Amino acid sequence: MAIPISYNIRNMRLRKGLTVMTALGIALTVTTAVFIMALLAGLQKAFSSTGNPLNVLVLRKGSTSELTGPFPQDNFQTLKTLPGIAKDKNGDPMVSGEITVVIVLARKDGSGEANVTVRGVMQDGLQLRSAVKLTDGRWFTPGQREVVVSNSIRKRFVHANVGDTLEFGKGPWKVVGVFDSGGMAYESEIWGDVNQMSSDFDRQGVYSSAYLRATDPIAADALKHQVSDDQRLKLDGMLEPEYYATQTKSGNVIQFIGWLVAAIMAIGSSFAAMNTMYAAVAYRSREIATLRVIGFSRPSILTSFVFEAILLSLLGAVVGIILILPFNGMTTGTQNAVTFSEVVFGLQITPRVVSIAIVFAMVMGLFGGIFPAWHASRREILAALRD
Amino acid sequence: MTLTRFVTKNTFRNLRRSLLTVLSIGFSLLLLTLMMAIWRNFYMSKGTEESALRLVTRHKVSLAFTMPSFYREKIRAVPGVAGVVPENWFGGVYKDDKSGNFFAQFGTDPDEFFKVFKDWQIPEDQVKAWQRDRAGAVVDSKQAQQYGWKVGQKVVITGTIFPVNLELTIRGIFTAPRPTQSLYFNQKYVEEAVPYMKGQEGFYTILADSPEAVRTIGSSIDGMFHNSPQPTRTETEAAFQLGFLAMLGNVKMFILSICGAVVFAILLVSANTMAMSIRERTREVAVLKTLGFTRGTVLGLFVGEAVVLALVGGVGGSVIAYFLGIGAGKAGGFAGALQVNAPTMLVAWVVAALVGFISAIIPSYNASRLGIVEGLRHIG
Repeated sequence: MAIPISYNIRNMRLRKGLTVMTALGIALTVTTAVFIMALLAGLQKAFSSTGNPLNVLVLRKGSTSELTGPFPQDNFQTLKTLPGIAKDKNGDPMVSGEITVVIVLARKDGSGEANVTVRGVMQDGLQLRSAVKLTDGRWFTPGQREVVVSNSIRKRFVHANVGDTLEFGKGPWKVVGVFDSGGMAYESEIWGDVNQMSSDFDRQGVYSSAYLRATDPIAADALKHQVSDDQRLKLDGMLEPEYYATQTKSGNVIQFIGWLVAAIMAIGSSFAAMNTMYAAVAYRSREIATLRVIGFSRPSILTSFVFEAILLSLLGAVVGIILILPFNGMTTGTQNAVTFSEVVFGLQITPRVVSIAIVFAMVMGLFGGIFPAWHASRREILAALRD
Repeated sequence: MTLTRFVTKNTFRNLRRSLLTVLSIGFSLLLLTLMMAIWRNFYMSKGTEESALRLVTRHKVSLAFTMPSFYREKIRAVPGVAGVVPENWFGGVYKDDKSGNFFAQFGTDPDEFFKVFKDWQIPEDQVKAWQRDRAGAVVDSKQAQQYGWKVGQKVVITGTIFPVNLELTIRGIFTAPRPTQSLYFNQKYVEEAVPYMKGQEGFYTILADSPEAVRTIGSSIDGMFHNSPQPTRTETEAAFQLGFLAMLGNVKMFILSICGAVVFAILLVSANTMAMSIRERTREVAVLKTLGFTRGTVLGLFVGEAVVLALVGGVGGSVIAYFLGIGAGKAGGFAGALQVNAPTMLVAWVVAALVGFISAIIPSYNASRLGIVEGLRHIG
């Protein structure tokens, strides 16, 4: 027969100080783990949600990022004529030849500088990315030295408000608008007119990449293969989401260090939990013997104590998650391993993160509780009663 | 029995509890020591004497932009410059695109390279061989070890930025003060295959002739190119490397918050243990006081016990961290930053002792104030 849970809860309440301190220790570990997982979840979201599956991204063959391979504009003219490309509102093929460069901007918080991606786009480039919405000001005018910046660029870097002037390339650029991409990788970019950009960065006659909008998913797939297989072009086609999915590896360093830290802290907390549970068993030596006399079996005592340890760690998990909740959505940046520019992302405490954290805490509790519980269930009744 | 012996005996009278506490504190301090080591290696270490004499000039906009090759001779003419060598990021792939096979490849000028990187050790004949072979390369000894490379071996690097695959022959193996995870080859190889790279350089590494010159060279160079189409930015080698770190994100904040969490966690663990052990001994305290020990002595006994426990954990944790650091150093690259030195360990011990002290002060104070009669009556 099982020992009621209320027995464990009452016992934990009886030794409030001990319970609270142990739970807090576990809470800190959980907070750290959740923080790291939320960072990675945010990063993942930035990349996995970016890109329209109807957009085909074209790069120079062998190049792995928009930054690394310029191709001649002549090829772009050939691309335009490929079948399966949707029409824009003027009836022209919906395509955008683009220039991507990386510039250095000073961070607002004074923590130094970071690389930021500047993208020169054609007018169709804005339509190709209809998920990106203007939140302030207006879009840039073609032929003008005007740029629009993403929301997080405005928040994180100096001189990036509407009406400000950014200095890069061959001179000043006026910030005329702010856009919001809803957590996509574009959230870390500055956009302007492609022709202005290419002359400013001495990239005349070449494009870094091209985007083609296909009419439907089948056409997108066909378009992708057509671009890659055309021997004259020496270009590679890929669906936009595929390209961004490869960039999630930017989180590898954070992931490695994060898990190392979480694992070491978890071992430390497990020992602390074990200590508390041993003390709990020692205090209740006579009680346990009494339970045995009444007729509770050894397995049910074992289960009860393991359960108590898990309850303790769950309490820690709840406190830990509550501690980190205010940071949900907080934005931070890291270096994109593919484009070498800063990618801004938000801390995402998703249900998945929370459930992993809870399991993580329960494992700590289980590890901390199993030995003391075993010890409790093995004690001789008579010896314990005499204690 | 001396008081010290009394404290030591008491510390380990509940062996299991002490052991668990020491283990818990030890693991936390292991982490703390590693974090402090990273901090020291990134932000406090000066590097070698020669490294402190080196500066890096890059395009002002960002590293992704190139500068004309004639800048090199202009930079050389700046007072205080002892040597200047161009470096070009190749960004190719060795074997496959796995992170385990990642290392940096730079195109450079073999004639002057080791005159600027004086503190890197390499046999003279290997340098000569490298200078003679246009398709030759030199690699870090750590890497040669990792991939089993020997002098004379062929290595193929597939280009991703440039449409060329490098078929290089290893001509030399160098040992840098810190593992660099990089391979250097003759930039002429790329220039011949990729016409638009002719006359362009990624960045320049400059050797100053004195520490005083380091301070002036930067502004002289940047001033010289200020109004040109390719303005420059010059900073010390250390600052240049820190720039890469800063791009990873707010590393300082990350390390500090982890350290904070760890210290707070060990405080809790230690306080927990002390609260338990003092509560058990309420009657003993009363006996001690009856025997004539003062409040101050009783307080000292308990606090001492906590400090001993935390110190044992701290010393254990930091020693393990030390050996882990040595192991990680062998792996090279980023893990090299985990190397722990004596001052870092000492700081960890001080932190441990302080944590022990603070965690015990409140329960010990309460115990020392307990009335004798009340204490004797206590049923624990």
